[in-house]
Amino acid sequence: MYVYDQYDQHIIEDRVRQFRDQTRRYLAGELSEEEFRPLRLQNGLYVQRYAPMLRVAVPYGLLSSRQLRKLAQIARDYDKGYAHISTRQNVQFNWPELEDVPEILAELATAQMHAIQTSGNCIRNTTTDQFAGVAHDELVDPRPWCEIIRQWSTFHPEFAFLPRKFKIAVNGAVSDRAAIEVHDIGLEAVRNGTGELGFRVSVGGGLGRTPIVGSFINEFLPWQHLLTYLDAVLRVYNRYGRRDNKFKARIKILVKALTPEVFAERVNAEWAHLKDGPSTLTEAEVERISRCFVDPAYQALEDQDATLARLDAEHPGFARWRARNVVAHKKPGYAAVTLSLKPTGTAPGDITDKQLDALAELADRYSFGEVRNSHEQNIILADVEQARLFELWGELRELGFATPNVGLLTDIICCPGGDYCSLANAKSIPIAEAIQRRFDDLDYLFDIGELDLNISGCMNACGHHHVGHIGILGVDKKGAEFYQVSLGGSASRDASLGQILGPSFAQEEMAEVIEKIVTVYVEKRVEDERFIDTFRRIGIEPFKERVYAANH
Amino acid sequence: MQRIIKNGQVIDETWHLLDKDATLDGLSNSDDLIVPLALWREHAHALKVRDGGLGVWLDSDEEVEEIAEELGNFKVIALNFPSFTDGRHYSSARLLRERYGYQGEIRAIGDVLRDQLFFMQRCGFDAFAIRADRDPHDALQGLQDFSVCYQAAADQAPLFRRRQA
Repeated sequence: MYVYDQYDQHIIEDRVRQFRDQTRRYLAGELSEEEFRPLRLQNGLYVQRYAPMLRVAVPYGLLSSRQLRKLAQIARDYDKGYAHISTRQNVQFNWPELEDVPEILAELATAQMHAIQTSGNCIRNTTTDQFAGVAHDELVDPRPWCEIIRQWSTFHPEFAFLPRKFKIAVNGAVSDRAAIEVHDIGLEAVRNGTGELGFRVSVGGGLGRTPIVGSFINEFLPWQHLLTYLDAVLRVYNRYGRRDNKFKARIKILVKALTPEVFAERVNAEWAHLKDGPSTLTEAEVERISRCFVDPAYQALEDQDATLARLDAEHPGFARWRARNVVAHKKPGYAAVTLSLKPTGTAPGDITDKQLDALAELADRYSFGEVRNSHEQNIILADVEQARLFELWGELRELGFATPNVGLLTDIICCPGGDYCSLANAKSIPIAEAIQRRFDDLDYLFDIGELDLNISGCMNACGHHHVGHIGILGVDKKGAEFYQVSLGGSASRDASLGQILGPSFAQEEMAEVIEKIVTVYVEKRVEDERFIDTFRRIGIEPFKERVYAANH
Repeated sequence: MQRIIKNGQVIDETWHLLDKDATLDGLSNSDDLIVPLALWREHAHALKVRDGGLGVWLDSDEEVEEIAEELGNFKVIALNFPSFTDGRHYSSARLLRERYGYQGEIRAIGDVLRDQLFFMQRCGFDAFAIRADRDPHDALQGLQDFSVCYQAAADQAPLFRRRQA
């Protein structure tokens, strides 16, 4: 992974100093609430329902074991002993004291970590494929490009006060696990006919109040021009994005208002001035950064199909876990393992300090000292030897990381919701738990197969409900918490937004509603059809009929 | 007398900033004036023949392209921040410096506070009229917030062109 040199370290230490002084001035009454707000947000600090929430940046989801231990220590010393993996691959602490935050940032800086631009109307953490660098279907490793974008966007002086937040995602594989088409900018690394590297550029995708799939405005942007082109897009947005209404301020509204074609023309007109300027990337820089992402010291191994098949036969639990939580690796004899943070009864994405420490140990012993967070709120050991999978499975079970539900209905993406977040209309964690309890039978869960269920506690859509095969949105009806259900969303390459099923439901009805939806699917599916494919074939009506029939 | 930050120092203000609805009536011939864009649009000639210095100010929804052909007339271009969270003029300042080669003073006016100065400076602002209820001497410290920057702006090339191992 990327390792800081003296320049990078200087920047985050300057930030700690700056924020320490800003906090001091706020507490001394020299900065008003209103003046401090954007400053603290640009450092990931929210004022929440019970305590501040601090969102720590995990650039494109990569963490070293040293960083995990630092997070564990912070969870212990400054929080209630746990942390939360967010839907943007970051880590959140729900219980720090405002006064302690400068000290927490100083601690983080010792492990090359920070909370820069994890909130606020600025360029946020760039996200990517959790299997970047090891995926068998990868064409271009997106990580060096994410790091180049991270450096470019960190304290970019022109874009610190955008109309609204701005999120960039990069994908370099055949499958789009980074959901680039629902980002403000989505970059797909590609090679052209002559083998040169470049990017397909999508703009104006996003979830939130007005969900929309992005439009591709550039089919091949040569790599040298990545930053000047990003500068051009951001400049057009900074100057012409709406600032009169925060609900219409995202770039997607501007792109829609202008049309993608006209927006692209504006970007090109701006880019014509910036292209070939000082921000044009050099081979030396790309190489410098790429050196941080070369393969670890893989051994020459062979795939262990026969051995693993034998173990599967002897241990059905292992077979289940392997079927769901282990994926193929580009290197023979290796596998990438997803640790589920979705056991029933735990808030999705929560992880304790002890688990973080244990995870650091596992990373050191099994996976070259690194892990990745996924936007599905799980954690990945990306480079595990197949011959050690069985041994690892045993350890993961002890630690509560082996729930074999990755990609299944109970692997729920879920925002913190009304239990923590002051923006939420409704709680989300209890809904997740009720559904997990309803579908606790593993055989049934496996039979249902791949199903993304996403829950957001409000229309800010942190739980990505629009792109869940089943999406649940908390809504406020005259002061009471209700839940709207949508079907047919997808964040994959065939991205689509869910359709609303109908009138919303009370909390206690939700598990029943989901069960009815799943029953319709199970009855109507043909052979190995996934939920999303059945839905696309039969449409929303059969689901509607079943779910609402019972209410009359 | 108001004091402003200019080239990293607090100095006495000598320019008069005219309101958005100002007219030519009763304008001093010799004072240094920063006039609203509308007044410049209507009375460019009359303003040019005065003896005093001339500057223009743009509100946050007014674009630098409006004056790009006429920059030689202005010793000062002031860019207004109605709220410090309105970031449009960060782009304006960069355009003035980097695209249109403006070498005169670019002054931030309006809701201008210490914690934004560093970014403003990088975008090409060299003068800051700190909000009246704040101490410009305190605000000066904001210019020193960072010792290293990654990306290119009006002040320097990107770090990757300067970085030494």
